[in-house]
Amino acid sequence: MLSVCKATRAALGETLVAMVEEGHDIVALDADLACSTTTGKLGQAYPERFFNAGVAEANMVGAAAGLALSGQIAFTGSFAVFGTGRVYDQIRNTVCMNSLNVKIAPTHSGVTVGPDGGSHQMLEDIALMRVLPNMRVLTPSDYTAAKAAVRYAAMTPGPFYIRLGRAGVPNLYGPTGLLGGSITDIDVTKAVVLRSGADVTIAACGIEVAEALLAAEMLAEEGVQAEVIDVMCVKPLDVETIMQSVSKTGRLVTAEEHSVLGGMGSAISEVLSELHPVPTRRIGVVDRFGMSGKPEELIRHFKLDAPSIAAAAKELL
Amino acid sequence: MRMDIVKMLACAGSGHPGGSLSAVDLMAVLYFGGVMRYDVQNPCHPGRDRFILSKGHAAPVLYAALARAGYFSAKEFKTLRHLGSMLQGHPDAELCPGVEVSTGSLGQGLSIAAGLAQGLRLQAAGARNDQVDNAGGMDGTLPQIYTLLGDGELQEGQNWEAALYAAHYKLGNVVAIVDRNFLQIDGNTEDVMALGDVGAKFAAFGWEVATVDGHDFAAIYETLTKERPVDKPYVIVANTTKGKGVSFMEDVAGWHGVAPNDEQCDAACAELQVKLSLSANTQTGGGADA
Repeated sequence: MLSVCKATRAALGETLVAMVEEGHDIVALDADLACSTTTGKLGQAYPERFFNAGVAEANMVGAAAGLALSGQIAFTGSFAVFGTGRVYDQIRNTVCMNSLNVKIAPTHSGVTVGPDGGSHQMLEDIALMRVLPNMRVLTPSDYTAAKAAVRYAAMTPGPFYIRLGRAGVPNLYGPTGLLGGSITDIDVTKAVVLRSGADVTIAACGIEVAEALLAAEMLAEEGVQAEVIDVMCVKPLDVETIMQSVSKTGRLVTAEEHSVLGGMGSAISEVLSELHPVPTRRIGVVDRFGMSGKPEELIRHFKLDAPSIAAAAKELL
Repeated sequence: MRMDIVKMLACAGSGHPGGSLSAVDLMAVLYFGGVMRYDVQNPCHPGRDRFILSKGHAAPVLYAALARAGYFSAKEFKTLRHLGSMLQGHPDAELCPGVEVSTGSLGQGLSIAAGLAQGLRLQAAGARNDQVDNAGGMDGTLPQIYTLLGDGELQEGQNWEAALYAAHYKLGNVVAIVDRNFLQIDGNTEDVMALGDVGAKFAAFGWEVATVDGHDFAAIYETLTKERPVDKPYVIVANTTKGKGVSFMEDVAGWHGVAPNDEQCDAACAELQVKLSLSANTQTGGGADA
């Protein structure tokens, strides 16, 4: 494992600044978390394009909707728990029903928020966002993928949810990444095969992609060839790539830093149960809230770590 | 407009007459009193004033205004709330010409208005050189954002988040009109969840405040068009009567969300017709009950 780590949230503010510099009509709003989410960088570079709503997420989303109506591309920050769940009605009835150019891009999803504990560790956001008509859901796995996700969402009309995290994750893409720069053009709408294997498919998203790659190494040592897929986009799902893989391997493990209910694993299972059912194990948080701890401790505690993924794969063999 | 509302609701068999009728005179002045600048031939004119119906259940009054303004044919009224209609139970911007934004979930219009005001101000400030052509309103001044709020709706906390926000960002082109009819579904607003002095509350949030008889055309016009500070959002607390114009609906909470049957519709239209004739005969130019 390479030690170069950067959080996906770091991609948000700097990408917005870069895109405004390029001439795009982007604005960002936050709810008193502009430093944490990095949207504050846009505020520093272009004060007229950043609006702090104070600790008032509902109005933040409503105002973003209004800014989108005026022709702006509006990003909203906050933490994932407040930026999606607390404002579900605003996102549903105003952003999605009007199919507005609002990009819900809160940070601090999942248990790797760490010491703040369960109230701040959002584990139901993919589920909440993916069931909304007109909404698309991006789940970048590293800093470079997150930059691509922010850029793609900005350039594509309509509502997006971009799932970003607080903790550093190993660089996968990019010249110094774990993949050695082998993937230069990141297509965030795809599920990307990062490692080929014939025995079992491991579909992962977000920080779990790095864990899945580690798990594949462990399995290889035992003679099991795992195919690892980075599911960069949970909605719409790249069914073709996933189908191709499970048609070959006949087994599937999904891994996400999210509840096992309603997330990426559920999304894939819904599709495969109709098109190509295969024995499946879903790695995720099993219908419970998070707790305080260090990110790496929590990954182990909730069995989201590479050994747990490898063990699930072996159950299927 | 009142007859349009009563008839379309009778045809639909469901909907919200009380809060639609209470807002007729406010909407009439906005759309037909020379207040709002809009162009039916060019409904997306970048410099148009915007109207947001935050109390989306009063869709019939908006539909009446938009049809009479020429956005669509009054023949559409009979399709209200029917399958495939452009006239959804709550306004749908995708389907209905002239509707700026879909609403229905209460408490969101003021936030949308505030964001829209900021966006238009950003354009007008020439933050982007290529937008200078779109800078001003239809007469070169900044577009105004009007939003109609129900009084019961003010119990939604988001309104007060938006009230802080609009004052903080000095959004002087936001004009909120509160349809203060004192009734909500479960009864009198002061019994269900007391709102007290709405104007004083907005004033405390830093808004410019006016109070008006919401059924007096001249007073409404004067209140909407008077000189006011450019750096403060503006709220007009319009004292109204729920169900205004149809005597058996006036001030009855039960008429919030129940459509008249055919007999009631006929009785209401007969009453409105008499009032219209009287008003026309007196030539006062008032006609607030029509």
